[in-house]
Parts: sequence; C-alpha cells; structure tokens
Amino acid sequence: MAALPEPDLAREWLSTMTLIRRFEERAGEMYARAKVGGFLHLSIGEEATIVGSARALREEDYLISTYRSHGHALVRGTPPENVMAELFGRVDGCSGGRGGSMHMFDLSRRFMGGYGIVGGNLPIAAGIALASDYGGSEDVTLCTFGDGASNQGTFGETLNLAALWRLPVVFMVTNNQFGMGTALRRHSAVTDLQRKGESLGVPGMRCDGMDVLDTHAVVAEAVRRVREDRRPVLVEAVTYRFRGHSMADPEQYRSKEEVARWRERDPISLFGRQLIEEGVIDEAEGARIDEDALARVDAAVAFAESSPFPAPESLYDDVYVLDQEARGWYSVRTSDEAAAPDGGGEGAGEPDGSGEDEISEQLTEALAAGEDGGEAPPQGV
Amino acid sequence: MAEMRYREALNSALREELLRDERVMLMGEDIGVFGGAFKVTDGLLEEFGERRVRDTPISENTIVGVGVGAAMTGLRPVVELMTINFALLAFDQIVNHAAHIHYMFGGQVKVPLVVRMPQGAGHQLGPTHSHCLEALFAHVPGLLVAVPATAADAKGLLKTAIRDENPVIFIEHESLYGVRGEVPDTPPGGTGEGEHLVDFGLARVAREGSDVTIVGVSRMAITAERAAETLAAEHGVQAEVIDPRTLRPLDLDTILASVAKTNHCVIVEEGWPHGGVGANLAALVAEQAFDELDAPVQRVTGADVPMPYSKPLEDIAYPHRPQVVHAALASLNRIRGGA
Repeated sequence: MAALPEPDLAREWLSTMTLIRRFEERAGEMYARAKVGGFLHLSIGEEATIVGSARALREEDYLISTYRSHGHALVRGTPPENVMAELFGRVDGCSGGRGGSMHMFDLSRRFMGGYGIVGGNLPIAAGIALASDYGGSEDVTLCTFGDGASNQGTFGETLNLAALWRLPVVFMVTNNQFGMGTALRRHSAVTDLQRKGESLGVPGMRCDGMDVLDTHAVVAEAVRRVREDRRPVLVEAVTYRFRGHSMADPEQYRSKEEVARWRERDPISLFGRQLIEEGVIDEAEGARIDEDALARVDAAVAFAESSPFPAPESLYDDVYVLDQEARGWYSVRTSDEAAAPDGGGEGAGEPDGSGEDEISEQLTEALAAGEDGGEAPPQGV
Repeated sequence: MAEMRYREALNSALREELLRDERVMLMGEDIGVFGGAFKVTDGLLEEFGERRVRDTPISENTIVGVGVGAAMTGLRPVVELMTINFALLAFDQIVNHAAHIHYMFGGQVKVPLVVRMPQGAGHQLGPTHSHCLEALFAHVPGLLVAVPATAADAKGLLKTAIRDENPVIFIEHESLYGVRGEVPDTPPGGTGEGEHLVDFGLARVAREGSDVTIVGVSRMAITAERAAETLAAEHGVQAEVIDPRTLRPLDLDTILASVAKTNHCVIVEEGWPHGGVGANLAALVAEQAFDELDAPVQRVTGADVPMPYSKPLEDIAYPHRPQVVHAALASLNRIRGGA
C-alpha cells in the first residue's frame, strides 16, 4: 500500500473528495427539483480517481475530461459556485451557461474541458501535448475517459499518433465497469484495459481507483515517466459508478447486491478511516471536513440561484471571434424576435417556477422508457 | 504580378506564413516526404523540417482533433485532408469540437485552425473522391468556409485563413490545381505592406454586366465566366459574374446589389441541389430582394447522384458552360424552361 502524504496534503485530498461527493449529491437533488436541465452524469464512487490523478499534476499541467466532469473542475480549483451556476445555466457558470453539465471549462486553471462526445477529447489532448512539446515546455496532459471510450476510433488513432510523435500525455481510462448500461465484458473483447495500448506502442499501468493513495502513486509514476521520457502511458483506474449513468437511468443492467459490494469500498470512507487510524485526523475533524463541504455546497447553490440567466441578446455572442473590420454575414439571424429581450420567440424570456414540473416529467418519462430503450425525450447519453 | 499555378500559389501562401509566424505548423497525410498528394506542400518539409511539417498516420478524425487541441493552446495548425470526402471521417472533430468549442466554453478559448482539402469531379475518381460538399460545412455556425477559384484568391485567402482566430474550412478544387493565374508579387521581406491578402466576406466581381447576375461557387466561378463570354458573344447578353470566395462569412450585399441592377439571378454550384449552397443563396436572395427580381432565381447544380466513374456519366453529372448559358437565357425569358 502506498504511503500517506504529508498530513496537510492528506487532509486536502479527503476534503476535496468529500466536496466532490457532496457537490454531486446536491447536484442530483437540484436536478430532481428541475433547477438543472439536460443530462446529469455524477461521479459518486469515482472521487479517488479524480483527486488521486489530478494531485499528481503540477499546476501548469493540463487536465482534460469527459461529460462526467464536475469533479475535474472542482479538483482543479474551479469554485463550486461557478460549477453549480453552470449546471443552473447562469451567466456565472464556468462556461457562461453555454455548456451545461457535460461541458465544464476553466482555462485559467488549465482544465481544458468536459466533452460530450465519447472519445472526442483524446485527439484534443494529443494536440495540447503537441503544443507543449512544440513550445519546449515540460507540461504534461492528463486525459481521462471511460472504459466505453476505449472502443472508439479515436482511442486507437490517438494512442498510435501520441506514441509515434512522443507526445507527453497520460491517458487514463476510468474503468467504472460500464459503457452507459453495457457492462465491460459485454462491450470490450479485452477487459484488461491497461493492455489495450500495447499494440499501439503505449505501455499500460493499473491502479485501484477506489484507493486515492494507490491512484496517486501510480498516476504520479506515469506522469513522471511521461514528463521525462516524452512517451505516452495508459493508466487504467479500476473503479465503480455508484449512481446510474445519468439521472435518467433505471439501472436494470446491474444488481443491487453488486452495487452494495462496491459501496463497501467507498473511496471516501476508506480514506477517512485510514486517516483516523493513522492519527492524521480525529473523528471530530472528519465530521468538520464533511460539514465544511456541505457548507460550501450550500453557498454554491445560493450563488447559482442568485446568478442571472444569460440575456437573450447574448444568444449570438461568441459564435465567432470577430474583429471590428469583419465583413459579410457570419450568422444568419433567422428571427430577430427570438433574440429579443422581451421574449417574442418561443421559449425565450425568463424561465419561471412552472418549468419544474415539466422537467420532473421528463425525468419520469425517461425512467419509464428505460435509458437505452427508446423514443422518449431527453434520455440516453 | 507573377503567373503561377493555383497549387503554387497555395504553396507560397503556406511558405510565407511558416516564415512569418513560428506558431504556424502543417499536418497531414503524405504532406512531407511525398510532397502532398497534389504537391501543394512540395518542398516545405525540406525547408522547415519535421517539427513544423508533419506527416501523419491515416487517421483523419484524430489529425483534425490534434489540430483543435494545438490551436486551443497557442499554435496555428494547418491540417491537410487528402480529399473533402475524407473530411467526413473527421466530422466529429470539425463540427462537435472545432466549430463549437469557442461558444460552448463561453468564449474562454479560441480555435485558430485551418483544415484544407480539395473537392470536385473530373478525374474519374468515382463516388468517394469527387464530391463538392461545401454546403455541409457552410451549414455549421462557428466555421468559416473559403472556396477560392483563382490562384490569386487561393493565396490571399489562405494567408488570411491562417491569421484568422476562427476555425476555417479551406476548400480547394482538384481541377484547378494546375490552372495558372496572375498573383500579386510578394513584397521584399515576405510580409507587411503590399502583401497579398484577401479579406473573408468580400465577393469578387469577376465580370461586370447589367443583364443577369451569375453567382458561381468554387470552380463554377470559372465556368460562369466562360458562360458569360458565350452569352456576350452569341446572345448579346451582358452577365455579371460574382464569385463569393467565402461562404461564411458571406458577402450577400454584393450579390444583392448586383441583383438590384440586373433583376435576374442564376446560381451555379457543383454540389448537390437539395440543401445546397445554391438553395441557401436562392432563399436569401428571395428573402432580401424579392421585389428586385423579374424572374425566379435559377439554379444550376451537380446531378443529384453519387458521382459515377464512367467518363460520359461523370461529364453530365456536374455543370458545364452550356447549362449556365441556358439558365441565364431562361431567366431572361429568351428561351423556355430552366436549366
């Protein structure tokens, strides 16, 4: 077993994992109360993979993630206020309310985004690493994705290219056992995922993704090798998603017993108990860490509630980077009324409380339909 | 002015931008050792080295995605795809990523990426190497789309594309690579005053006329000019030929001003008719200049089929001069029926 870090670090890791857990739980509640739209993919159960890996990076290293990325923004230091405001679709969201749950971003903290397309972030990670290499910096890019993404074309293409060009990327496959609702053994011929890079020139490593110390130790070693050898490495973090794929997931593809077995290895309880046993914290401090996380999440919700929705007239902002001499029609505004502040167009104007029932209804329909199934409105990925 | 081939004009644009800006780098299949499938990048590997001119594996979606990531973090990548049909393998990175990243991340990051590719029929390459798909890209907000028809525009637009802060789909035409044209000289020192740049969103009036407006897209700007010569010589019709040069941004004002003068409009494109560039332009002209029109807008388009291999079939599957002449005369009610 990997050694404990310095006490302050250990406390910070536990605090951040706890913050992510409490944030995700609250996000789920806010979704059920229709404060959050679209899809919501929670990382409950996967906190050690997030904190253990991100803490192996330097501040100037890059992190790039998937549509399950609230925790990745938080671990890089994006204030929970701005992550929650993004979920609420408000102007103070970390993507200005344009991205939502699947598209968090924080350039100033070198969190290079959550991406909604499975496997879409791998080539981008290689491009970021190319720019690091091109500029002669030592920066490393950590690219996380799920077990499902290891079947995408971009996985093979990007690992090959990164190995060929000796790009400084740590590819981390967060194996949470399911590609949406399809179990690993049903979606991948090779279930030993760390080996999937071998034929592409990318050596593999594996860590226990329920153990923040092991995750950190293995990813730190991978980051060191990548930084020094300028060659990519693939790390498989073995973990488990305690909640459904998204909020609209009836979880018919796994048993309650299986979930309960994995919950016995809850990464936060595991690490918290270890810190108490080793005398790093006492019970009271453990409770305080949890209370602090809850208080921060309360503040995040209050902040998000009070942040305004983006103004309708901002609809066309940032489609293009325009300078003052720009000529010609960049966008065709098909209906000026739709963008008018007083809300002439359908769906424009200030959302009100009446939306709540509507979204609860969406959720119910999706649950009833079964996420993989069918034709009901917002479900699936 | 110097006379050079379209491909040489592109090559000189790339070379000048590589010299001007250290952040500019090229990636693509066979662009280095091989010199480019159409020799556009010939000699650049030798001059600039493997750091800046990179041969890639055959992995279109990933090559474009690498360009996206590199552009987000400070480089100015120019990615070459061997044909526009291969760009379909990269549609995820082009549409879901390159086009949307600036918007979906609230304007925090830019994607100054150029993706170059040739399109077009005429070399019997059949249904997977011959299409004109500019409409697919022009459809997407967030992308800029350039369709140069002359050597001078190829050079001037490519240099502008590389300097633009937005992702640019730069669509060359396979049949134009060997065509010669006058290109303004490069000033001493390569860049700066007197340098040949062509603004996006500024149409080229290839020929002035007062009787009918013919808008020609990509190679069809050349076909339209030839048709205008026939119209003048054989029918006494003075056609005004407009080459939009970029489809996003679109210089609709120049087209509308011409239609206000001629009251007749013909749109010529090599791509498919359904949802094509011509359909879009016709809609815009009808919306913005309905009262100026004395006749319905005429469209001349590629046939609504996958491009066939056999020469006689390929020849009739994309527009030539006679169809454009016919459409112009039909618009002027000089003959019956449309194209």
